[in-house]
Amino acid sequence: MSESAFQIFVNALLANNFVLAMFLGLCPFLGVSGKLDTAFPMGVATTFVMLVASLCAYGLNLLLTAFHLEFLRLISYIVIIASSVQLVEMVLKKYSPALFRALGIYLPLITTNCAVLGVALFQTAREYDFVQSVTFSIGGGAGFTLALVLMASVRERLTLSNVPDLAQGTALSLMLAGILSLSFMGFAGLGG
Amino acid sequence: MSAAAPQTWDEFMEGVWKQNPTFVMILGMCPTLAVTVSAINAISMGLSTALVLIASCGLVSMMRNVTPKEVRIAVYIVIIATFVTAVDYAIQAISLALYDALGAFIQLIVVNCIILGRAEAHAAKNPPWPAMVNAAGMGVGFTIGLLALGVVREILGAGTLFGISLFGVGFQPWVIMVLPPGGFFVLGAWLLFFSWLERRKLRRQSSATEVAHHV
Repeated sequence: MSESAFQIFVNALLANNFVLAMFLGLCPFLGVSGKLDTAFPMGVATTFVMLVASLCAYGLNLLLTAFHLEFLRLISYIVIIASSVQLVEMVLKKYSPALFRALGIYLPLITTNCAVLGVALFQTAREYDFVQSVTFSIGGGAGFTLALVLMASVRERLTLSNVPDLAQGTALSLMLAGILSLSFMGFAGLGG
Repeated sequence: MSAAAPQTWDEFMEGVWKQNPTFVMILGMCPTLAVTVSAINAISMGLSTALVLIASCGLVSMMRNVTPKEVRIAVYIVIIATFVTAVDYAIQAISLALYDALGAFIQLIVVNCIILGRAEAHAAKNPPWPAMVNAAGMGVGFTIGLLALGVVREILGAGTLFGISLFGVGFQPWVIMVLPPGGFFVLGAWLLFFSWLERRKLRRQSSATEVAHHV
């Protein structure tokens, strides 16, 4: 693995965007992308959880490998992620109750956001070192936020336009996501 | 037992059709879109998920009376992760090619919302047998959803079905369909199709009543 940290960051942010190219974290992507002012905080919260989870997963993986307990990897990762989500939830509840209510059910659901577990699993599979893991998780989180914000901006506009009844709802969101994903394919090869 | 049979069937069919996880509840989107580049991938992913779903719903249901309410989600997740680890190793042992094709998405079954949703909404409140039947229905429904996507994407994007070439050498594959945007487009198209069917059914019913009024 000789990728530079910058390459990993750009790759995770654009060329292999977590949502639009790797299909990770679609549930919140389709669920909370209705309004811009919930989409952005949600992205930041998820990024934070990703970073914490990635750090913990890195340490934990060293420990598991040292004791030859690789088969416990999945179980221990998911427990770590669940606890860091709990942490973010408590912090948000204390400092920003309004935002806490706005995010609602999607906040605890960060636990089951595959993007978070995806970061932990991919960094293990690709044998990233410490710095690479951190940039990967920040890049992935930023990419997730970017996709969420782009989608939310488009959907806010769409509420004012005249869409055929038949296409309202999820079908429309999926078509939009497809077009966004198509444009993100233009970044392919950027990260080298 | 014979009196219970139709109810069991209803329970099963609910997940397959009325509450189909892919097309009606729009759950478990990540594996749905990521692995459905070919029909065979779609089937394997669907079956693995169904297996984990049935096993974990059964265990969750058996343990429903001894699980403290406060930590139930954690308990469910650990149960699910255990079965996923087992399935992960099993697939690796059976077919390495398939394992490489599905990649991290086998381990990501853990965070498939369908499984946690079923555990919380159904298995935690019902005895093991109905819980497992319900889970089996959901699993089959999910497999059908994946297959519907996988078949369309494989035919359009590669001109093959289950690896068998359909159109001969003159076929120019529509590559975009096996790339990420294709996943979004095909699922969107399926949803449009289903809402059109629903719309048509409603219109027929209403026009039927209108005719009845005129007569």
